[in-house]
Amino acid sequence: MITPHIAMRGIIKKFPGVLANDNIDLEIIPGEIQALLGENGSGKSTLMCILSGLYKPDGGTILVNGDERKFRSPRESIACGIGMVHQHFKLVETFTVAENIALSERDGSFLLSTEKMIADIAALGSKYGLEIKPEARVWQLSLGEKQRVEIVRMLYHGSRVLILDEPTAVLTPQEATELFVTLRKMARDGCAVVFITHKLNEVYELADRVTVLRGGKVTGVLNHGQLETKKMVAMMIDREIATSYERDTVPQGQVVLEMDKVTAFNDMGMFGLRDFSLEVREGEIFGIAGVAGNGQRELAEVITGLRRAAAGTVSVHGEDVTNKPPGDMIDRGVSYVPEDRLGMGLVPDLNVVENLLLKSYQQPEFAGRWLLNGKAIHERAAKLVEQYKVKITSLYQPVKLLSGGHLQRLLLAREIAEQPRLMIVVYPARGLDVGATEAVHRLLLDLKADKTAILLISEDLEEIIKLADRVGVLFNGQLVGNFPVDEADIETVGLLMAGSCQALGGESDAVQT
Amino acid sequence: MQFRLEKRLTHSPVMAMAVPAVATVLALLFCAVFLALTGRQPFELYAVMLTGALGSSYGLSETVVKAIPLMLCGLGISIAFRMQLWNIGAEGQFYLGAFGATWVPLTFPTLPAVVMLPAMVICGMAAGGLWALVPAFLRIKWQVNEIITTLMLNYVGILWVYYFVYGPWRDPKGFNFPLTAPFPAAAMLPTLGSSRIHIGLLFAFVIVILFVVIFRNSRWGYEIKVIGASERAARYAGMNIKRNMYIVMIMSGAICGLAGMAEVSGIAGRLQPSLSPGYGYTAIIVAWLAKLNPVAIVFVALLFGVLQVGGYLVQTYGVPASIAAMIQGAILFFVVGGEILTQYRIVITGLKGAEPADE
Repeated sequence: MITPHIAMRGIIKKFPGVLANDNIDLEIIPGEIQALLGENGSGKSTLMCILSGLYKPDGGTILVNGDERKFRSPRESIACGIGMVHQHFKLVETFTVAENIALSERDGSFLLSTEKMIADIAALGSKYGLEIKPEARVWQLSLGEKQRVEIVRMLYHGSRVLILDEPTAVLTPQEATELFVTLRKMARDGCAVVFITHKLNEVYELADRVTVLRGGKVTGVLNHGQLETKKMVAMMIDREIATSYERDTVPQGQVVLEMDKVTAFNDMGMFGLRDFSLEVREGEIFGIAGVAGNGQRELAEVITGLRRAAAGTVSVHGEDVTNKPPGDMIDRGVSYVPEDRLGMGLVPDLNVVENLLLKSYQQPEFAGRWLLNGKAIHERAAKLVEQYKVKITSLYQPVKLLSGGHLQRLLLAREIAEQPRLMIVVYPARGLDVGATEAVHRLLLDLKADKTAILLISEDLEEIIKLADRVGVLFNGQLVGNFPVDEADIETVGLLMAGSCQALGGESDAVQT
Repeated sequence: MQFRLEKRLTHSPVMAMAVPAVATVLALLFCAVFLALTGRQPFELYAVMLTGALGSSYGLSETVVKAIPLMLCGLGISIAFRMQLWNIGAEGQFYLGAFGATWVPLTFPTLPAVVMLPAMVICGMAAGGLWALVPAFLRIKWQVNEIITTLMLNYVGILWVYYFVYGPWRDPKGFNFPLTAPFPAAAMLPTLGSSRIHIGLLFAFVIVILFVVIFRNSRWGYEIKVIGASERAARYAGMNIKRNMYIVMIMSGAICGLAGMAEVSGIAGRLQPSLSPGYGYTAIIVAWLAKLNPVAIVFVALLFGVLQVGGYLVQTYGVPASIAAMIQGAILFFVVGGEILTQYRIVITGLKGAEPADE
């Protein structure tokens, strides 16, 4: 099969409230490795999901060898030789590798010819350096091996255009190096490779060409020879920062949160945080910038007791609280507005009153030893809803019916009502419109004025620059920058976020390990 | 014209009430077709079942007698289900409860009733609770699916009782029948007047009241509610999920064990095989149909008692007693099918000019 030449023209894709792809042009050329570079939410994955037939575009055309094609399903896209490896693998864990690969075969005969298939898989594997055992069960495989299965599956079904969505996110450094060798072999063999990334070092190492996206638009296309870090960062990150809030300079008090060389693992058993140290003071907003997936969740969960620290210490007000249970942290005045509002921060099927009670149901004000004080609970809920202007039709409606902005208000209302001494906020304005965002920001600034220490974890640089007193950058589980907000220039922070350590003039590439 | 299901934003309270009622009627009609096909008069049979089960004091008493173990097991199951712990092991816990209760009069036959009965209650509940502790431990320690373990332990529990009634506990004066010696009078639960209705019914009522208070207005009930609705949120709120899982499973098993105790001590008067005609399984349907609401469990259990007693009575008309099981199955089938209407609305599309009404 000959690798098709693919052109996407004027692709538009709308999601409720967002324009994910805004008139995007993209060319995919046989024999070339192309990087799609951009921050989270810039529209990279959406664009590739359109190409692989998963989403239908609201506008624009896809040309395969010059002919317009409309993909109604991934199968039609696969038939054109386009295959995508998603970030979350789509494999049946209890099946063998060979069975998983056979799964997506539609036109084969009724009986599977296992031997021929196993031979084919082995042949593909040795050709591109993708060693996998066809008889192995998928649940026994490491994440890197699963990825290889996905790639072999695409190749087996004749894909010549290979799309990989953040392929290195789940890999160890060695595995990543091996993957790069494989991808180069494929390109030499005439395949086209597109990989989605937000890491600059990968672009340098692998890409023949890079297309940069920001806010759903293409902001630049560079060839390998033209690669320049500053240029790419400028394309990735919006330099225009809207006017800052008027901020009282609250005198900062003593240290509230202190983390010393904390190491923690993520859900996949890989490093989430390593040797992470940090101090947050009373009346200070410490902004943690960084691209999602670099340890943000692990950071928040280690502090709130939801995740174990494998090494290091966490102290609150000078007291060692490492690996104390979540309830203990709540009692110590640690509030937490999680990334996952509906499901962790709020219980979707419970009503407004019950959700507002979540952290205070043990307090003597609202409950005795056994029974709850329904009247006090109701009154406080009504008060909070009014004070924080949460729009609801009834205090007894399930919270899953609230809009995103009001959900966040409700969550903040509850967390602030606890009068926290330390507040962890993760992506507080994600998915909110301008008005709701400002309201949320105001609440955080008010809280800061009350001398609460706030750790603001966000992907939105603008938000951090507007709110934070100090800025740190989280990359690969490490704090790779830490400066007062006045000294934090967008460019440096952007470089650090993309994993370029030279920005600090420090040792280069320490982050790769 | 096409039909489409559209998710409701809120569960429809009207549908929540109407679905079980309509489903019961539909199930009866559905079973009537089968009865008619075998050449019988379905509605006549239904009338016999109904008047037989409710029309005489004997029928009424039998209906309640059958409903008591269903109530207790249903209540026991419901508390585990509320926390999304799928305890399918009520049958085994029932037998273990009967076993634990039996141990008391067999070992200390001369105890007075005031000591004997409370001891039997305690031992029965402890045995049922410990039986449920096994799957709870496996689930919490190693994430072993409790549906499988509770189900499998049913067979172990039943055979455990069989071993004792066929072996060490067999009554030497019992003509070799697999029965224990009959209990002394002090080990028998008091009954209401001359009927067979024993005070196991009061046990059920006490538990209903307890549950209503717990789930409406208690700290612990609130924890169960949150854990059942979202384990992640519960952990986030600092609740101790493991401890609550243990407590709930043990309580669930203990209440099912109490059902077994009430059955040996209130009805059978001795431990015997086939003490339960599947109460522990039927109770799952009871709890489910009652939407885990304690008060509703009482009424659904009574309805199922009617079916069971009615089923026995129609045998004289040449209809097998399993008609009761058939109707019970059909009711569950229709209720589960109808459930979709409480969560979705049917939208008719494709009619001229009829756009689906959007909110």
